[in-house]
Amino acid sequence: MYDVVVIGGGVIGGTVLRELTKYQGNFCLLEKNDDVAMGQSRANSGIVHAGFDAVPGTNKAKFNVLGNKMMQSYAKELGVKYINNGSLVLGYDQEDRRTLLSLKERGEKNGVPDLAILEREQVLEIEPNIGDEVICAMIAPTGGIICPYELSIAAIGNAMDNGAHLKCNFCVDKIQKDGDVFTLTSKDGQVVQAKVIINCAGYYSDQVSALAGDETFQVEGRKGEYILLDRESGDFVSHTLFITPTPAGKGVLVTQTVDGNILLGPTSVEVPTDDTSTTQEGLQSVIEKVNRMCKGVPHYNTITSFAGVRAYCDRHDFIIEKSPKVQGLINCAGIESPGLTSAPAIAKYVVEQLVSTLFNLSPNANFNGVRTPDNFFKNLSTEQKNQLIKKDDRYGKIVCRCEQVTEGEIVRAIHENPPARSLSAVKRRTRAGMGRCQSGFCQATVLEILARELGVSMEEIALNGKGSEILVGKTK
Amino acid sequence: MIDKSYDIVIIGGGPAGLAAAISAFDNGVKNVLVLEREQRTGGILNQCIHNGFGLTRFKESLSGPEYAYRFVKQVKDRKIPVLTQTTVLSISQDKTITAINKEYGVFTVNAKAIVLAMGCRERSKGALNIAGTRPAGIFSAGTAQKYVNVKGYMPGREVVILGSGDIGLIMARRMTLEGAKVKAVCEIMPYSGGLKRNIVQCLNDFDIPLYLSHTITQIHGKDRVTGVTISKVDQNKRPIPNTEIYFDCDTVLFSVGLIPENELTKGMGVPLSPRTKGAVVYQDRQTLVDGVFACGNVLHVHDLVDFVSDEAELAGLSAANYVKNGASVHDTIDCVNGKNIGYVLPQKIDKNLSGDVKLYFRVANEFKNCKIVCECNGQVLAQKKKPVVAPGEMEYLVIKESEIKNANGQITLSLEELL
Repeated sequence: MYDVVVIGGGVIGGTVLRELTKYQGNFCLLEKNDDVAMGQSRANSGIVHAGFDAVPGTNKAKFNVLGNKMMQSYAKELGVKYINNGSLVLGYDQEDRRTLLSLKERGEKNGVPDLAILEREQVLEIEPNIGDEVICAMIAPTGGIICPYELSIAAIGNAMDNGAHLKCNFCVDKIQKDGDVFTLTSKDGQVVQAKVIINCAGYYSDQVSALAGDETFQVEGRKGEYILLDRESGDFVSHTLFITPTPAGKGVLVTQTVDGNILLGPTSVEVPTDDTSTTQEGLQSVIEKVNRMCKGVPHYNTITSFAGVRAYCDRHDFIIEKSPKVQGLINCAGIESPGLTSAPAIAKYVVEQLVSTLFNLSPNANFNGVRTPDNFFKNLSTEQKNQLIKKDDRYGKIVCRCEQVTEGEIVRAIHENPPARSLSAVKRRTRAGMGRCQSGFCQATVLEILARELGVSMEEIALNGKGSEILVGKTK
Repeated sequence: MIDKSYDIVIIGGGPAGLAAAISAFDNGVKNVLVLEREQRTGGILNQCIHNGFGLTRFKESLSGPEYAYRFVKQVKDRKIPVLTQTTVLSISQDKTITAINKEYGVFTVNAKAIVLAMGCRERSKGALNIAGTRPAGIFSAGTAQKYVNVKGYMPGREVVILGSGDIGLIMARRMTLEGAKVKAVCEIMPYSGGLKRNIVQCLNDFDIPLYLSHTITQIHGKDRVTGVTISKVDQNKRPIPNTEIYFDCDTVLFSVGLIPENELTKGMGVPLSPRTKGAVVYQDRQTLVDGVFACGNVLHVHDLVDFVSDEAELAGLSAANYVKNGASVHDTIDCVNGKNIGYVLPQKIDKNLSGDVKLYFRVANEFKNCKIVCECNGQVLAQKKKPVVAPGEMEYLVIKESEIKNANGQITLSLEELL
């Protein structure tokens, strides 16, 4: 019997789980996939928004600004890369300028510091590659970037280090309540029990809520397609560049990532499922839009394209509340952008303000919030590297040449919390296979290391869990 | 601990690096070190178990490992030190090399001359913006080759291949021999990027259809590939609607080009050519940084390893001369590609160097009955007629030393179609 079960291993579920472990209790995270951070936390823009977009008074506005303030120290504690690169919203004409002025006003109401309107020449000084049509921009110095799956994985790993449990491949199919106890059954018949459920199931949060008996909201999906450029072009822009928002959304962006790539996208298309396939039209529209924002976008340095589905709810604000229908159920739903930015603030609120009313929280004196990142070797000093290689010579073997990832880091990621069991899981923790050759050189080696460390055959190693095995058998 | 200083350090122990080491040694510089990131030397030849290597150089048809062994043995015989499982992390302009391995950790060595021989990598599927999902079953042809030939595993049973480069063609045959069904090879260009002999021996002999002017427009499947859609493309390589053909398959192989792997080269500030994606070099394969030489696929992508060995021997000799004689003064003329030529190498000719110059080049398209002309200020320095040329086959033209001495400006190589 768990005190609290969190459903959904994305950035919200992960940060909520970690927040719970600051208190005494039995906590468990249920994730339907083979690894955590496989939904929208796997594929979004990775922006730490300043907070000028959201309508004042909404949950979005409140948690965005709070989360933005918390992010730097939160990321640092977890060993997660965060860069305060600042955001620029580009304007093409006088109507955009008026919109930017009202955005500035809105941001100031939300408590966003240091917003300013820059003229073209001023923008050119800090971003020389902006397009010819840009006449002005709003700068938000508190905007930043972070990697969404890195943050999710780190938060969950740290929560596990502090005693929380993780059950992957647990797709909640049934929720029954007897007295004060919930019984959750997975599709394949696994059972867990809990006194409190926190629903952070992203695209599926309305279904999970309905399973528990609360059908007060609906979640829809919006697909965003992205193009990622090689680190070689990483200095193409330094700020995150947005275009002036329209009622249809924030439009596409051009940004550096914390790993030094350039990210272009996303599109924004309503979709009936969470299918993350890319489309010719979508990718083409990203290219056309960013070519207006910037001159000479180095498309030739494309290393991959991908899509994510953002879940939004029919209330068009974050739902972060105790269910009005089901005692013991907390819903975190419709957490679209700026959800990533808001995550640390949402987690704190959920635990301190909502869980506390359902379950007696007493501090966990043993809580240690510090985590060593999975991909850390290349940032060490030569002396530190050599000390580590002396202790474990697998740190002296580079497996992924593009991102300079050592065997030591890969082995560590397989055994640390949350354990990596697939190629994609290793990739998202260590960056092995994330570089310009897209795993062409290192995949076979990573696969061998996984098979060896997990004690399974080569054929059992998958890209993303069951059904996505890489090899189909031995040669003749 | 290893020595800190070498006359020549060679980055890469593939066919280029090995031949350069042997050549440097035989030309009088004995203090040579080879750094290789893999477990053994020989480079990508180790996974190329098909034959056809060495026809030009040895007049024999060897397998990749056999070809490599001839050089591995010569390096051993000369007791040239080789550090395997050693990855070079960076090279500074003063020729200090920082590398890492299990035995020495992160360490540095200094060199008087450096030969860059890191080879190339495959262009990935990701670079192509192909629509669809990203399931298991998508491999570069070289990765599939490694699984099949080195690891002994099958990456799939029903295969569609995009790109008719040599590795794609070789893998079409290899997968077929291992019992897989290769349903199609698609090539976006109206001609194949591979050697003619590979089209015949790897596709035609096995009745594997080649779809020219076709590309993959969608990959299907959630966890594992379940199929692909291919479409015919127009002259601008854009898919033509309503020409789609769907294939059931569990595997897609990409053989869509090779890219010289020049991250270290860029890191040390050696200027690169946008055409070859390799260093700009003189005819002795010296880059624009004194004492730094380049050869093999890191310089420009070759289709025959025999030419790689030749080029590496030249680079090894030049590095040895540099160590013995020090930096020399260049009297440079530029060598550029003119009409219908994709690239030409070397890009710089140093008039102070002796000997004829072999200009290597690739044509920009398929041509029949044409003439390759090398000109300087309207004067023809060399020319030859060719009944047929294709971008997939590297060609060369020799300019006599006497012609070079007389040249007094930029040299242009172009292709004229003959009526």
